[in-house]
Amino acid sequence: MNEPLPRRGQRLDLRSGTVDMTHGSGGRATAQLVEELFVRHFDNDLLRQGNDQAAFPVKEGRMVVSTDGHVISPLFFPGGDIGSLAVHGTLNDVAMSGAVPLYLSAGFILEEGFPLADLDRIVASMAEASRMAGVPVVTGDTKVVERGKGDGVFITTTGVGAVPEGVVISADRARPGDLVLVNGPIGNHGVAIMSSRENLAFETTIESDSAALHRLVASMVAVSPDAIHCLRDPTRGGLATTLNELARQSGVGMRLRESAIPMDEQVVAACELLGLDPLYVANEGKLVCICAARTADALLKVMRTHPLGERSAVIGEVVADGQGLVQMETPFGGSRVVDWLAGEPLPRIC
Amino acid sequence: MKYIDEFRNRALAHILADAIAREADRDREYRLMEFCGGHTHAIFRYGVQALMPPNVRFIHGPGCPVCVLPTGRIDNAIDLVEQHDVILCTYGDMMRVPASRRRSLIKIKATGGDVRMVWSTRDALQIARNNPHRQVVFFAIGFETTTPPTVVAIKQAAVEKLTNFSVFCNHLLTPAAIRSILAVPQADEPVAIDGFLGPSHVSAIIGTRPYEPLVEAYGKPVVIAGFEPLDVMQATRMLIRQLNDNRAGVENEYTRVVTREGNRKARALVDEVLQLRPGFEWRGLGRVPSGALQIRAAWSEFDAEQRFPVPEIKAPDVRGCECPRILRGLKKPTECKLFGTACTPENPMGACMVSSEGACAAYWSYGRFRTGSEVFAA
Repeated sequence: MNEPLPRRGQRLDLRSGTVDMTHGSGGRATAQLVEELFVRHFDNDLLRQGNDQAAFPVKEGRMVVSTDGHVISPLFFPGGDIGSLAVHGTLNDVAMSGAVPLYLSAGFILEEGFPLADLDRIVASMAEASRMAGVPVVTGDTKVVERGKGDGVFITTTGVGAVPEGVVISADRARPGDLVLVNGPIGNHGVAIMSSRENLAFETTIESDSAALHRLVASMVAVSPDAIHCLRDPTRGGLATTLNELARQSGVGMRLRESAIPMDEQVVAACELLGLDPLYVANEGKLVCICAARTADALLKVMRTHPLGERSAVIGEVVADGQGLVQMETPFGGSRVVDWLAGEPLPRIC
Repeated sequence: MKYIDEFRNRALAHILADAIAREADRDREYRLMEFCGGHTHAIFRYGVQALMPPNVRFIHGPGCPVCVLPTGRIDNAIDLVEQHDVILCTYGDMMRVPASRRRSLIKIKATGGDVRMVWSTRDALQIARNNPHRQVVFFAIGFETTTPPTVVAIKQAAVEKLTNFSVFCNHLLTPAAIRSILAVPQADEPVAIDGFLGPSHVSAIIGTRPYEPLVEAYGKPVVIAGFEPLDVMQATRMLIRQLNDNRAGVENEYTRVVTREGNRKARALVDEVLQLRPGFEWRGLGRVPSGALQIRAAWSEFDAEQRFPVPEIKAPDVRGCECPRILRGLKKPTECKLFGTACTPENPMGACMVSSEGACAAYWSYGRFRTGSEVFAA
């Protein structure tokens, strides 16, 4: 293990200091930022070795890797921040293969002038999320861009994990007759973000449901290795877009029951007000699971005993359909197509 | 959710559907124009058309402010950003509307234009306060419903002596548009509408009275209808009854909000600051006499059209686009050859495809029609 650099001059001013170009120069200021901020928060054996990479033993079987860039605005929102989101987002992408996530890496692009206090808060939150998930951040990188060329901070995280023997979860495995499950109410994250966005602010107590789902997934996989055909977290584009992706990749259609889709009343109300459809609002901490009908009950039971799946529900079924349409039976008694999201979801005028 | 779920009740819908089927005369057609995009949206989202007998048909009208705004006005807004370096504040659904030369506000923003999406006029005022050294223009658009908030913003700016805030006024008037649909039938394209569902939110402001002279002049009944599916169905039944009885009057289904006089305070406010614009080009309807509002001379310091040069730009609509006929109820979206081929919600050519309330976008996203040979019947 390396000894810390002998300290010269003052410590980082985490109260009123800001990021400047020297923090990305690779010199002493960079080393100070890494040690006094990143290593302090993320502290673990692999990171402390101070190498440009983290080396770890390889497991047998299949490994998965996934990467995700986080450019969210605002950086802090009800129920989370860009730091916790950067951990959860990538862990969930790894977990949607059925894998057990093992390690994370993190790349930071900082904008000149960004308050060190905010960075400290974000990295602390990231470290907390990684500790809670039991998946350490073992390597990383920091770059600084000139003022005006970034938006405070961008964080890219990469996760690696190992898939248990016999588990084959893939977006092309949905078959007619399979059932579609979600692990709880949809739309909370997107509405929480929108409610705190500048120029669009409205008062609500809705919080982001951002969470790491890998333990929930592990308990689901444990029901039986082949129980789950597809898993995906319905983030950008919402539930509607995720189901359309799965339908297209598997070459099937879907039939949903709108009344079965769990939604919080506050989310529904906010969407009514903004003229948005909750089906297209982003989620974090939610997953869509497609499974064989015969295992649905057992899966649902396991999901509902997990804190992140108490309101899990069967929301529809997979049907044969060459056009890959996702259709939904409305509580009103009609039926409609649930299409892909077109463009940005924009609030309507009236 | 209260005031929502009650009006989306399945059992009641079927009772109403049965009543409509019983009362509708099989030997005639009922061609009912829902003027407003909000109704179009409800009809598609809840599958109301499927609950109607085949001779009761909804014709989707021009009541989407985004859809009927002519391209030239969006070009004007873009010029304000590009040539006069203003911060342009706009409601969300204006962002993707195509302007000329394949531009749009969202693309202008991407190339560095300062275009900001706002949720209310209050946000636009706040942006003006926060940026005292920049000119901030609010892109005001909408029917009578969104007009009072614009007026309140102008008055507030006056109180605060905000010298950097102005309004690019594009407010439109509903009764004038209905009159123009009825009044100018082209010889080869007679009006094919038997009655109108009137927009409820508009009447929350203007009341039902402004429709009375229209109904008298043209003998077509109007029923003001709420935006929930049961509202639409009940209003449809009221129209059918009027038509069966050979009556033509203004009736109000949305009694939980709308009165004959509307919101007097809001009307007085609007009247104080805005006045009729002599003529205004609507996309699809052409020049609608008295169909729009402009800022009165006494408030001209808050009028972007006085503060900046805003020339009238005649921008031709896309060739082959049937928006003009679709907006008049003369064609269905599926009868346009661009629909679903060159023109989709991802790449809208005509305005009816841009806003989710536009007739074409509603046809597309709710699956009344799909590409290819198969037609999906909901």
